[in-house]
Amino acid sequence: MAAGTRLGKWMFFGVIGVIALWFVGALGMSWQQQYRDRVRPGRAFSEKVIGETLHPVMIRKPDAEPWVDSGKKDTKGQPIMVACATCHDTRTANLKTNDGALLKEFHQGLKYAHGSQTCLSCHNSGDYNNLKLADGQSLDFSESIRLCAQCHGPQYRDYQNGSHGGMNGHWDLKQGPRERNHCTDCHDPHHPAYPQVMPVFPPKPVIGEAVLPTHGKPSH
Amino acid sequence: MENQPTNSGCGSGCGCHQEPVDRGGSTRRNLLKGAAVTLGAAAFAKALAPLATWSRDNLSVDDFLQQHYRELDKEQLAAVLKHLEEDTKKDYGADVTIGDHRPQKGVKFGYALNLSVCIGCRRCAEACHHENNHDRVTGNSYIRVLEMQKGSMDIEHGNAHYDHPVPHPDKFYMPVQCQQCENPPCVHVCPVEATWKEDDGIVVVDYNWCIGCRYCEAACPYHARRFNWTKPEIPKEEINPNQSYLSNRIRPQGVMEKCTFCLHRTREGKMPACLEACPTGARVFGNLLDPESEIRKVIDNKRVFVLKEELGTRPSFFYFFDE
Repeated sequence: MAAGTRLGKWMFFGVIGVIALWFVGALGMSWQQQYRDRVRPGRAFSEKVIGETLHPVMIRKPDAEPWVDSGKKDTKGQPIMVACATCHDTRTANLKTNDGALLKEFHQGLKYAHGSQTCLSCHNSGDYNNLKLADGQSLDFSESIRLCAQCHGPQYRDYQNGSHGGMNGHWDLKQGPRERNHCTDCHDPHHPAYPQVMPVFPPKPVIGEAVLPTHGKPSH
Repeated sequence: MENQPTNSGCGSGCGCHQEPVDRGGSTRRNLLKGAAVTLGAAAFAKALAPLATWSRDNLSVDDFLQQHYRELDKEQLAAVLKHLEEDTKKDYGADVTIGDHRPQKGVKFGYALNLSVCIGCRRCAEACHHENNHDRVTGNSYIRVLEMQKGSMDIEHGNAHYDHPVPHPDKFYMPVQCQQCENPPCVHVCPVEATWKEDDGIVVVDYNWCIGCRYCEAACPYHARRFNWTKPEIPKEEINPNQSYLSNRIRPQGVMEKCTFCLHRTREGKMPACLEACPTGARVFGNLLDPESEIRKVIDNKRVFVLKEELGTRPSFFYFFDE
């Protein structure tokens, strides 16, 4: 009788143990299944296929033909522009001029603030339709970035590295092209410092935020 | 107890005593009971009053039972997006496309800003306002441009309300937006997991899951999170129709919102709106995992720094000066 009880005990605990194991296993399986099946777009990546071909980076080109304002207006009120070579083809150049106000015709309104350069540091007295590099080599107006780079090395380096100058388009050239500004899009070559502007879009005070009026003066 | 009259029972509180005179309903106790019940009922009615004027009157059962964004399967998500588009048509009269832009493999976004070049014109903040369908009344934007004293780096003393020609020679200008931290405090404090960091580094919000507790706003050391106090008001023709669920769709009232590096644009390979609006080219954006990218060249060659480094948030937004 005693042996039978012991056997019964063993069988009882054995069955309990098997049931417990099965239960734990099933729980673990279902838990794993749940994680495998659960669709989590928050973790998934884009399924879009992107090709390997790179789109171009275009640099905006300045006007190839240089013009100067004659100071006169046409019948429609538009300023009359004259090509440089119209006059300069037949005149001898004054190498020392570095200010439009010193000239009697055409250039009086020209604001000039670009270091100690003279007109002919950049303009080509042999061919006013082109510019001139420091070594005397003629340069097309549309290539003027090379002229600027002669003196502004760090800016040119940053420009080439993509950290100087505004741009539009795509950061990922595999997905689309990019358009980059040229030096003269932001800097007037005759007075290249970026001008002061009035800020746009003044922020409106948020609830609970104290705003001290600055009355047009900078804050302290 | 000794002062009690003898006819007030056994004195043990057993209730054996019977009131000798019936005073009807006019005892002081009954009067007080009546007053308390009336006041209680009034307070209860007052407490329930907001339910009668529930502002999200078009909150359907579907909206209420919607799952967390990350638990929606494709069909459910498509249904939610369609529903949101219909809601925008109903509420604002605008035809918009609300997409689900997912991170790109092998991409982690980084942003850098050249403080030597920024002039503080606030065109980035304006572009953000329009791109991200912000409320026109509050003039909200994810970007706050701070005017800072030269020599100071304390953004808590920056002034966002300057109104004079810029740049002022004694100042520099620091636009501050979400820094998309590697260790984002805003995500850690969210009690309902309505905000999280995605694989490309963008910290996003499920606007339909957010309960509007504003813990994240309090936790962000860069003041980069915004709360929708009211339902955004935007004229129909000004609504940007290119929208995304986690990004610039028009947010409901009472939820948090934040900069997503314009993920509806950048996950399609485009530049963020603030970068395109910058007239001086002070902003550099790109993939931190691509060693040839512009952003990597800035980080490799410039002396970049991050805001409030000591907090250990590890931002993906870098600032630098030209030497």
